[in-house]
Amino acid sequence: MQPIGWRRRIIDHFMTGLAVLTVILVLAPLVAIFGYLVYRGIGSINWAFLTQTPKPVGEAGGGMANAIVGSGLILAIASLIGVPFGVGAGIYLAEFGRNRFGDSIRFTADVLNGVPSIVIGIVAYSIVVLQQRHFSALAGSVALAIMMVPTITRTTEEMLLLVPQALREAAYGLGIPRWRTALSITLRTATSGVITGIMLAFARVAGETAPLLFTTLGNQFWNLRVDQPTAALPLQIYTYGLSPYDDWHRQAWAGAFVLIILIVTAVAAVRFAVRHGTFGSA
Amino acid sequence: MAEAALNSPGKPGPQPVEKNTLRGVPTTQTAPPSLLFTSRHEIGDPIFKLVVLVCALSILGLLGLIVYELMFRSALSWHAFGFRFFAGSEWDPVGEHFGALPFIYGTLVSSLLALLIAVPLAIGVAVFTTEMCPGRLRGPLSFFTELLAAIPSVIYGLWAVFVLVPILRSYLQPFLAKTLGWTGLFEGPPYGIGMLAAGIILAIMIIPIISSITREVLAVVPQHQREGVLALGATRWEMIRMGVLRNARAGIMGGIILGLGRALGETMAVTMVIGNRPEIAKSLFAPGYTMASVLANEFSEATGDTYLSALVEIGLALFLVTIVVNALAQFLVWTVTRGEPARGHV
Repeated sequence: MQPIGWRRRIIDHFMTGLAVLTVILVLAPLVAIFGYLVYRGIGSINWAFLTQTPKPVGEAGGGMANAIVGSGLILAIASLIGVPFGVGAGIYLAEFGRNRFGDSIRFTADVLNGVPSIVIGIVAYSIVVLQQRHFSALAGSVALAIMMVPTITRTTEEMLLLVPQALREAAYGLGIPRWRTALSITLRTATSGVITGIMLAFARVAGETAPLLFTTLGNQFWNLRVDQPTAALPLQIYTYGLSPYDDWHRQAWAGAFVLIILIVTAVAAVRFAVRHGTFGSA
Repeated sequence: MAEAALNSPGKPGPQPVEKNTLRGVPTTQTAPPSLLFTSRHEIGDPIFKLVVLVCALSILGLLGLIVYELMFRSALSWHAFGFRFFAGSEWDPVGEHFGALPFIYGTLVSSLLALLIAVPLAIGVAVFTTEMCPGRLRGPLSFFTELLAAIPSVIYGLWAVFVLVPILRSYLQPFLAKTLGWTGLFEGPPYGIGMLAAGIILAIMIIPIISSITREVLAVVPQHQREGVLALGATRWEMIRMGVLRNARAGIMGGIILGLGRALGETMAVTMVIGNRPEIAKSLFAPGYTMASVLANEFSEATGDTYLSALVEIGLALFLVTIVVNALAQFLVWTVTRGEPARGHV
């Protein structure tokens, strides 16, 4: 056998080196972003930040308690609207959708996933804000719900298809109707996977800012009414980050830190609950 | 997951058979328990199917709703300006003259710049994780790249404003101006903020998307392709180039286009660093504006029906472009992975 020439050998080593270099170049900003976020976040967060509402412009102190609660409210309503539709559509695709019509829905869902969030914001603005004649938490929730549906649909379908066919057959063999089988056997078996999918969709919309800009608008005060402008954490981070005040910059970092912590714990907590808790095994 | 989806039979197998026996056999011959189930089955199943069908139809409905609202609300601007809207470069809300060219230019240039930076890096990382890296590094490495995708856009923007922009201003931009200034692409005062900053932060944001899809596509390339090329005496790089990358071209292209789709529609991080000035400048140091940023900045403050309508028309244009780009990307990825969704998200 011919030995490999020195030229080809050098190119091989060079390319390997290049690949390692790309990995370093990609990991560097990741480490930088996380490191800086944790560094500024921990340095900036304090009790007042978590319990108080914003102080007037230029005054130091205050916090984002209303934005944290507002975000929770908006996300809860969004999930209430988006999750049933997403899971339902996922069940349809898994149980009845192995045909062209199902494929067209799949394709639409994937395409819908790529629609810019700001465009979804415009749609929520025109179907909710323009009808109500003012900005509201509900409008933001509708926008986020629209973004959740396609993601949940696709993961739910994928998880339901992982359930062995024999399980369905066994249920049918016992004379259990199809709807019972789908809900109590198939969906139940796939629960942990479906919930993981929901949490991924949740984590994705939790940090969304663009669709909230002209739907929930933001608010400097406490508000728990869904038909009123409401503060949201990502919005507050955006406004404070671009402001000229050092104290607001500090609070923007604290907000970013809280947002990341909320996203990560939401996902982790549900995964833990699914693995060890009452949802049954999968 | 691909195998599982493929192995499970197309239609749930036993279904038609079960229906036939319950429906076709006269009730007198069925055992009492079945009879009990039969009545529930007859009402429950159609209702269940209808409910989940409505949910599935809601997805088509959503797309229809988006198209309808955008077209309906932008009609005013469309009638007033026609195609001139996309060719004019004057953006004057007070005089009600609207031309979207600077925004289209800014969106395209920032996204292409991002692709230029992201594609080689993303493919390099994907090749390293699938073909070169030791097994125990593979898991953590893909986990970390995916972690980048979970960071909200506004946090990228915040980081860019406080870390990236100062670095650009004091180090990278003076360096580029000195070495590559003659090209005309790197001229003018180094503000930090501008097209270059937007391109870089976009690149960081789309690397995980492109790299995870490339990884998925590379994993589908059959092992015997690699072994065959190696058996002919190729080095590892030659094996990757001829046996792997060449086979995965279509899928990698799909990943790149999906990344492009994400970059085109990205709003917050870009808005925070691009400088928000509706001008077309050759230099990448100059501030610019994108379609998504102008919506973010001006939509809630737009006074006057024409102004609002012009903004919605920009939204419509952005929507149509991303739809075409994403559909193309999905199609390319589907042809390689056969029906698995392209994982552009989280």
